[in-house]
Amino acid sequence: MPQLIKQGAAAVDTWTTLVLAEGETPDTVALPAGDVIFPLAVWQARKADISARPRIGLLINPDERVEDVADDLKQFAVIAIHFPKFVDGRGYSTAALLRQRYQYQGEVRAVGDVLHDQLFYLKRVGFDSYALKDGKSVDHALAAGFTTFGNAYQASTDQPQPYFRRRS
Amino acid sequence: MYKYDAIDRQLINERVDQFRDQVRRWKAGELSDDEFRPLRLQNGLYVQRHAPMFRIAVPYGMLNSAQLRTMAAVADKYDRGYGHFTTRHNLQLNWPKIEDVPEILAELAKVEMHAIQTSGNCLRNITTDQFAGVAADEVIDPRPLAEILRQWTTFHPEFAFLPRKFKIAISGTKEDRAVTWFHDIGLHLQQQNGEIGFRVIVGGGLGRTPIRGQVVREFLPWQHILTYCEAILRVYNRAGRRDNAYKARIKILVQALGVEAFAKQVEDEWAHSKDGPATLTQAEYDRVAAHFTAPAYGQANGEDAGFAKHREENPAFARWLERCTHPHKVAGYRAVTLSLKKHGVPPGDITSAQMNIVADLADHFSFGELRISHEQNIILADVQEAHLYALWLTAKGAGLATPNIGLLTGIICCPGGDFCDLANAKSIPIANAIQARFDDLDYLFDIGEIDLNISGCMNACGHHHVGHIGVLGVDKNDSEFYQVTLGGRQGNEAKLGKVIGPSFAADEMPDVVDKIIKVYIENRHPDERFLDTLDRIGIDPFKNRVYEGRAHGKAKAADKEAA
Repeated sequence: MPQLIKQGAAAVDTWTTLVLAEGETPDTVALPAGDVIFPLAVWQARKADISARPRIGLLINPDERVEDVADDLKQFAVIAIHFPKFVDGRGYSTAALLRQRYQYQGEVRAVGDVLHDQLFYLKRVGFDSYALKDGKSVDHALAAGFTTFGNAYQASTDQPQPYFRRRS
Repeated sequence: MYKYDAIDRQLINERVDQFRDQVRRWKAGELSDDEFRPLRLQNGLYVQRHAPMFRIAVPYGMLNSAQLRTMAAVADKYDRGYGHFTTRHNLQLNWPKIEDVPEILAELAKVEMHAIQTSGNCLRNITTDQFAGVAADEVIDPRPLAEILRQWTTFHPEFAFLPRKFKIAISGTKEDRAVTWFHDIGLHLQQQNGEIGFRVIVGGGLGRTPIRGQVVREFLPWQHILTYCEAILRVYNRAGRRDNAYKARIKILVQALGVEAFAKQVEDEWAHSKDGPATLTQAEYDRVAAHFTAPAYGQANGEDAGFAKHREENPAFARWLERCTHPHKVAGYRAVTLSLKKHGVPPGDITSAQMNIVADLADHFSFGELRISHEQNIILADVQEAHLYALWLTAKGAGLATPNIGLLTGIICCPGGDFCDLANAKSIPIANAIQARFDDLDYLFDIGEIDLNISGCMNACGHHHVGHIGVLGVDKNDSEFYQVTLGGRQGNEAKLGKVIGPSFAADEMPDVVDKIIKVYIENRHPDERFLDTLDRIGIDPFKNRVYEGRAHGKAKAADKEAA
């Protein structure tokens, strides 16, 4: 099981993610009870069935566009952005758009191939929870993963002012 | 040149700590090879044919003497006492140990150097004109904006895992010397109605699918360069292909969408960030530009008598002046190219002893600074004419004064199959064999200006596509062969060479080049350079001569059958 890191500490994951089995389609898949993270396609197909839930999660894959759910964002307590491989960097732009363009305030979670050495960049673009891949050290991640660099040149979500505007 | 301040130092020191920890975890098995690979690549570390290859950045080509001495010390201590300058302002070491690289990085950091993002699918080193700041034809000095872009690219959080590598070149002169038409982004600094800005070119590149870039924006005021580049990168990061590494460069995306549609996506994206916090300020420009002010040039009082005398009396010196020195915007000064193309030496290679000599020359004659050119030579940019003779004598003694800059043997050449894992064929021995064939300086000068570029594979590190004569190593049934192109060129009229026909065996290459040169000599009009003659008569006469008497097609198959 991946290990969740949230608010600077190891956390218990209270969400389950709906995974479509072979043969299941977004239109027909059974919707489990509880706090569920729904794939974007399921959300789009079953919005009417899901909307009344008290807490809703959304899963965005790299090839899916946040623009397509822009009007729905207020309904999600958590948006999980999937990294099938850590070298697929599309999720960084997805998170940046959620935070910077759509001012999404809920939890943005990195899921999938989430490793120690990407945590600093993930935090910068706007992630605030991380499902660290199974077998990787949470202790080392908490001790060193988010503080690799003490400053940064560029503007991004965690620091909207580039360094050149923060010079004294 | 740019001097680090507190944040620059902090970031490269933290980078050293980060990489040390990554190597430790890799050795301990906490990082798999697949997990470690992109991390080491983003620190310039490849694993190559014989050993790791380590690529150190020389941002926009600028170095000082202390940095070069440190590189010499590193090459001695951790490698075999030499390095190789690449076509994109990097120095490569061919034999370091992976375990030593954190220490090497720590030593480099002390002199404000690093290997950040010199490889991998990320924003790479910014390149520019080797004569930036001193060129007689310069419109705007590109170095302050190159440094601003360097900082922006360094650890950019959103663009560390792009579909493929991403290279930016910037030019501020009338004549483009930075191959800007063949970069992922090419930037031309220019003035329009008193305003300074960029022409922005995207989607150029050499490699497997060579494509000339296209203008995505005719004029972008300089203040917007970071937000505009972010818009380009965001469109590319999201939409660039990730299913096939050979189709993952931005050039393929621009081709697929068409430049108008691509430009529209960029403009739509840019509309959100335009005039936002990442818009550059005059204060920031001025702060960085203050690092690139002109040095304290001496006053020239007419031409130096000693210089004039040596030039008259010493033909070898005069020859070197003609090929290896370049006009300077300040009277009485010249920019000097130290040729790393001595015949018989791998093009672009430099020994640690030579590095120390060059560092001394820079200290004595050029304000302690130097540059690396994309033609793999070293430039001393600010040399007083009165000092040229003394400089020449020392450079000559060190094997750094071969007067072949811009001539046939001043070959651009990648490390090729002798070192590189990607190569299909060796490139250095081909360069050396051609140099041996054309070892007569009188003949070389008579042939005149010509660019011969050699790459050991279609990744085109030796820029073969834009050589007047291009040579590409190819693999045919496990044997090394060489394909020849003619008519490629860099500069404002940059274009790709045309393949002349079937490829040649290694030992044929000096003859092939010789035949091509002979066709030029026989056909040229007075004052015509190789390229002029080629453009006038076309490639057929060259082709006919080179393939004269050679069996090909059915006849070749029949020959083989008979054998």
